[in-house]
Amino acid sequence: MAKLAKSPWLLHYDGSSCNGCDIEVLACTTPVYDIERFGIYNTGDPFQADILLITGGINSQSESVVKQIYSQMPEPKVVVAVGICACTGGVFKECYNIKGGVDTVIPVDVYVPGCAARPQAIIDGVVQALEILQKKRDDFEQKKKAGA
Amino acid sequence: MIQVISVIAYLVGAPLLGGFLDGCDRTVSARMQGRQGPPLLQPFYDLSKLFHKQILAVNSLQLLLNLCYLVLLAIAGAMLFAGADILMCLFILSTADMFLIVAAASDSSPYSSIGANREMIQVMACEPLTLLMAVGFYLTTGSFQVKDIIAQPVSAVVMMPGLLFGFFVIMAVKLRKSPFDCATSHHAHQEIVKGLTTEMSGPTFAIMNIAEYYEIILMLGIVAIFFINATWWSWIVALVLCAVAFFLETLWDNISARLKWMTLFKGCWIVTLLAGGINILVLMLIR
Ligand code: SF4
Repeated sequence: MAKLAKSPWLLHYDGSSCNGCDIEVLACTTPVYDIERFGIYNTGDPFQADILLITGGINSQSESVVKQIYSQMPEPKVVVAVGICACTGGVFKECYNIKGGVDTVIPVDVYVPGCAARPQAIIDGVVQALEILQKKRDDFEQKKKAGA
Repeated sequence: MIQVISVIAYLVGAPLLGGFLDGCDRTVSARMQGRQGPPLLQPFYDLSKLFHKQILAVNSLQLLLNLCYLVLLAIAGAMLFAGADILMCLFILSTADMFLIVAAASDSSPYSSIGANREMIQVMACEPLTLLMAVGFYLTTGSFQVKDIIAQPVSAVVMMPGLLFGFFVIMAVKLRKSPFDCATSHHAHQEIVKGLTTEMSGPTFAIMNIAEYYEIILMLGIVAIFFINATWWSWIVALVLCAVAFFLETLWDNISARLKWMTLFKGCWIVTLLAGGINILVLMLIR
């Protein structure tokens, strides 16, 4: 296994999902799946988060919110799109108010498919995100050193 | 000489031991909830991550104020471990809290302001008992100096069990344990986001965490001086009972629901009046 980021704190935002995926995200924190064993901590605060987990597609109202949350998270950070709605817009893709997947407004690092995405898949996606997060951390360190 | 060693041991060891205790707390809590929980050293991974994050400062003051909080807590603890005046130590402890409140109030986030307000209420709820406790030590041992308090033939707790109970409640408030955790929302994390710490990110938040570790050790140090007396084995007893106290706080944290600030305030004052007040009265009568 590649070197994984050890202390990823997670922020969950519901773009415009049907709530199916959100319930699965919450299931990840329960004793059965327990994401805290990876050191993952479900915070509610963008200022302290490393991973942004978004469920549901983006509509014109949530667009600015998602952009703001993303900008409030300090570097290094990764974004995980959970559920097919967050990946592409899913069943709501044709709706007049839906812009599409999360990647229409902010860069996404990991896509977790499924409707709803299963907790196992979500955890797998997050663990993949950890690898990317670690790489970004190393890059960030190098950039800091080069800058200093 | 021993004083210097114990102060240095506190300054260097408290963050390490505090972090380790925090790790134990998280693991034990997870086991109580039927989960596996994070690795034991998770708090240190968290700290190292926080120090490596980008600094997103909302203002230039917050980092400085947090540093003041850290330094004052370290001084308060150092005084206790040097065997100096316990009254002074407690005063510095509450001054340290003031810096944290100002740090939280210095930014514009409404959540942070609510957190600061609630922290202020917590300080007000805790303060009377800490003062009574200092008075209790004086009435029992005839001195405010920690080095005299721990050199008595019998442990202070014999004369002040009520104050020890009261301090146990106050400790839960100071350590932000569940029934009284309304300033930072450790567990109910969506209520006021992260309360006091909402706008602290990266290194600023790490400094606040290290200060909390100093506080844990300081609190346990105060528990210890209730038990330590002139005999050598009382130190071992005190150490064991500190561990028990910390475990009980964790247990309490997991089995109780959070209180509203008004209940917290009333609860603390009632405990102070009943457990602390009666204890002090008895002490004054039998003196
Ligand atoms: S992917 Fe399915 S379950 Fe998830 S938000 Fe979309 S419609 Fe709901």
